[in-house]
Amino acid sequence: MTSIIELYVFVLAAFVGYQVITRVPPLLHTPLMSATNAISAISLVGSLVLAGANHDTVSNWLGFIAVLSATINVVGGFLITDRMLKMFRREPKPVPGKALEKKTGGAG
Amino acid sequence: MDVRELVIQAIYLASSVLFILGLKSLSHPDRARLGMQQAAMGMALAIVGTLFHHEIVRFDFIALALVLGTVVGYPLGMFVPMTAMPQRIAISHMFGALAATLVGVAEYRINEVGLPRSTMAALGFEVLFGALTVTGSFMAFGKLQEFITGRPVTYKGQNAVNITLFGVAIAMFLYLIYRPQTSVVFYAMIGLALLLGVFMVLPIGGADMPVVVSLLNSYAGLASSATGFAIQNNVLIICGALDGASGFLLSILMSKAMNRSFGNVLFGAFGSPPALAAGAQAKDLTVHSVSAEDAAMRMAYAGTVIVVPGYGMAVAQAQHVVRELADLLEKRGVTVKYAIHPVAGRMPGHMNVLLAEANVPYDRLYDMEQINSEFPQADVALVIGANDVVNPAARSDPSSPIYGMPILDVDKAKGAIVLKRSMNPGFAGIENQLFYAPNTSMLFGDAKSSLTRLVSEVKAL
Repeated sequence: MTSIIELYVFVLAAFVGYQVITRVPPLLHTPLMSATNAISAISLVGSLVLAGANHDTVSNWLGFIAVLSATINVVGGFLITDRMLKMFRREPKPVPGKALEKKTGGAG
Repeated sequence: MDVRELVIQAIYLASSVLFILGLKSLSHPDRARLGMQQAAMGMALAIVGTLFHHEIVRFDFIALALVLGTVVGYPLGMFVPMTAMPQRIAISHMFGALAATLVGVAEYRINEVGLPRSTMAALGFEVLFGALTVTGSFMAFGKLQEFITGRPVTYKGQNAVNITLFGVAIAMFLYLIYRPQTSVVFYAMIGLALLLGVFMVLPIGGADMPVVVSLLNSYAGLASSATGFAIQNNVLIICGALDGASGFLLSILMSKAMNRSFGNVLFGAFGSPPALAAGAQAKDLTVHSVSAEDAAMRMAYAGTVIVVPGYGMAVAQAQHVVRELADLLEKRGVTVKYAIHPVAGRMPGHMNVLLAEANVPYDRLYDMEQINSEFPQADVALVIGANDVVNPAARSDPSSPIYGMPILDVDKAKGAIVLKRSMNPGFAGIENQLFYAPNTSMLFGDAKSSLTRLVSEVKAL
């Protein structure tokens, strides 16, 4: 039964993801990629338990490498997404006084 | 469910919501940054929450891995130049898939005896797609970083070999669901998947990288999601699904922008043979080259200039000089716009990021659909290192391998100035009729030095 519920979660999440991501403009497709990459490094929650549990040393080491890889993606992924998004700027709006001048000039 | 477990689940739920809101914020550049910072908060919450998991009894491995991961991740986030973004993204898919695969292997080892079939199905899927993505992404990284040749590597019977290997891997996967405890098959399947990743990306050329990188993005997500199924963790399922959906959607968009199916990209390895035929045909056509001085003059006295950047701009790291030239032209009253083809460059959105880095305001960047109707009114279309995405053969020549691909209508502009290193055909190896058109002028040389010359010529006017 639990796996059916998981399937529900998966299908609904994929659906929400599809709807949300369709609305991301091509302008931001690269940040989108790095963002989803950082977010999917949530696999950390699995690898942390593995690295910290008491199974055997091999499991701890496998967990160690998994935590390492996922942390690289979390830290690097969110930082680089932020770095990119910081660069996307609108054209600076013209100074209000100047714009007004233009307007009145046009009217006259 | 005890209180501790309840709190952890509540934290996971909160993180999932923050992640979805973060992705939603990406629908507009003004809100995106804040939204993603909130998503990062969600991630921090989830990590801290997980540390209270009852199975965690030792923190030495965890602490070391977190510290080391931060030490490696920080420079990968802060210092990788924007021009290296495609390979940076490719390698991060490798890390994501590696984490998922290793968790899968460990889960299998721990529960080898008496693994239920449903869990085995999830684990099998996880390691199959995870392992394939690990090597596939590494190959993509190598091709983009150019320590592996960017040209398609093909041999006779390649597709047959790949399809057979994939079939065998799937058969192993099905056998494992039937008999989960056969660990030999489990590890053999991982080995095969690693090999498949290499073979799959080997025949894919540089120009097709946007599709492959998106597809690997999707696989990495699906592998994470399968991890969630295997260890019964909903936040993992959700995030994996989000990543999978995003990668899948981008692959579809990229394929559409090249008018090709997935299958064609993966198994089609666009060849050099047709290029030879077209090359012979192009011999008796003449190319009109132009001096930097004349080119600068034409742009300086134009009403509208549309800049069409391509991979060549990224290679030459010319985005800052482009901006400088545009500033000079704008000061003279010229309207400058940028036309961005969805597959220009090596990954989705590559050109946008580069131009944003050079401080070009994003409202000057236009998608193909928005700008194509404006080319006929443009006095000059300045093509910087773009080739296939402006090749009119895509519209007119049914025998061309790129026939049917939507292109930027540069040939409809009143005049085009093309910056190009030499007359060698582009990555796809296809001859471009645009370069021989009577109203096209070629300015040969490295994009950056040509642009620098244009800048000084415009200044001198």
